[in-house]
Amino acid sequence: MGLLRWAQIRSPWIIHFNTGGCNGCDIEVVAAFTPRFDVERFGILLKGSPRHADILAVTGPVTLQVRDRLVRIYEQMPEPKYVLAIGACACSGAPFKDCYNVLGGVDEVLPVDVYVPGCPPKPEAIIDGVVKLIQKIKRGDANGRG
Amino acid sequence: MAERICGICSDAHTTCYTQAIEDLLGIEAPPRAKYIRVIIAELERIHSHSLWLGIAAHEIGFDTLFMYLWRDRETVMDMLEFISGNRVHYAMNTIGGVRRDIPSEMTPKIKDGLDFLEKRIKYYIKTISSDRTIQKRTVDVGILKPKDAIELCAVGPTLRASGVKNDVRRDDPYAAYDEIPFNVVTHDGCDVFARIIVRCEEMLESINMIRYALDHMPAGMLRVRVPMAVEPNEAVSRVEAPRGELIHYARSNGTARPERYKVRSPTLANIPALCKMLMGQHVADIPIVLAGIDPCFACMDRLALIDVNTGRKKILDFNSLRENIRRMRGNCP
Repeated sequence: MGLLRWAQIRSPWIIHFNTGGCNGCDIEVVAAFTPRFDVERFGILLKGSPRHADILAVTGPVTLQVRDRLVRIYEQMPEPKYVLAIGACACSGAPFKDCYNVLGGVDEVLPVDVYVPGCPPKPEAIIDGVVKLIQKIKRGDANGRG
Repeated sequence: MAERICGICSDAHTTCYTQAIEDLLGIEAPPRAKYIRVIIAELERIHSHSLWLGIAAHEIGFDTLFMYLWRDRETVMDMLEFISGNRVHYAMNTIGGVRRDIPSEMTPKIKDGLDFLEKRIKYYIKTISSDRTIQKRTVDVGILKPKDAIELCAVGPTLRASGVKNDVRRDDPYAAYDEIPFNVVTHDGCDVFARIIVRCEEMLESINMIRYALDHMPAGMLRVRVPMAVEPNEAVSRVEAPRGELIHYARSNGTARPERYKVRSPTLANIPALCKMLMGQHVADIPIVLAGIDPCFACMDRLALIDVNTGRKKILDFNSLRENIRRMRGNCP
């Protein structure tokens, strides 16, 4: 196991990006970082810049307007990088699917490693999603780049 | 779908939507349903205001307060989950009433939660009013004079923090607000500090309102039968969302589909006032002034283009918007 993968497994850094959702998933993502759930104790940190992040956590359906920005943020992340789709919208587009301005789920644009369904998923579910992703990285069958 | 307009004030949107449709159909929710709507709306107000207060503390770099507030906010999230089964989208309202009851067995647990929250919020008000760091960052920052606030049509806590007593719950009571006593909280500070205090005291008011509603909830049905046919008609519904006055407009043409539906969210109404607040401020104060109106950008997807050089305004109409979308879709694989 290389140094990079060891560090990513021990302390994955996350960047959170809302692609046009309703804020419901976002408040649950933030709630996961606050004292009740406090994922920082596992070394999971929320970062402001994609250049510092290992995992891109996407909430909301991908709108046509945001598509290019989403791809740009993904391109700015250093490799190996992973994508976490949080919420029904990010998984499939959910109620916004087939709207005139909505492309669909995140997997229309980026390779997704873990889907966390729910509207919105509870913070516990989001944490579980991250844990599953870490296991995937450990096993070595996560996308990494795509 | 109306719930998914905003994840933070999801109940306000559904209340507004159901009221508009009930108005179209000419039906009214039964009294017990109205009380349940009030309880959920006020719980949501507590959750939204404490969320905002945490974010505001974060914007001025006071992350300790942010963490404390979000810890206590979990209490109200627990109560909402306990009542409705979901933390964010409660799905309580339906056309003609509510979907779930709040049986009397739930009352003690809700009241325990309220007692805890009341104690904590009082403590926060004391801390915020005496803490010099917060005062330095918020007093006399983002001034909005009452005259400007009224002229620019500010709504909700932003307006009330400029000393204007305006609240849809009092001025145009919906649900059971005409039967529940409460004070409209105002503050004369006109700055970000006043907006913090107004929201804190509104949370205390909400706690008292929930207590009163739980004690005085009438027995009876949860919903009424909804007629299958909709006459051609139009309706406007107003609700005091946590961020301010929310307006939904619906027009029916006799078929099962609405002919026109329009949502005016409170954040949109507060944006002109924000421009006034930002004048003459330091760049470092922009985040807290912007956060001061409690902006919810999920609610606020509108577009007006203004060319700064010529001052020419251009609002995209439906056809040009469709053209843009078609062009973008053409670029997509």
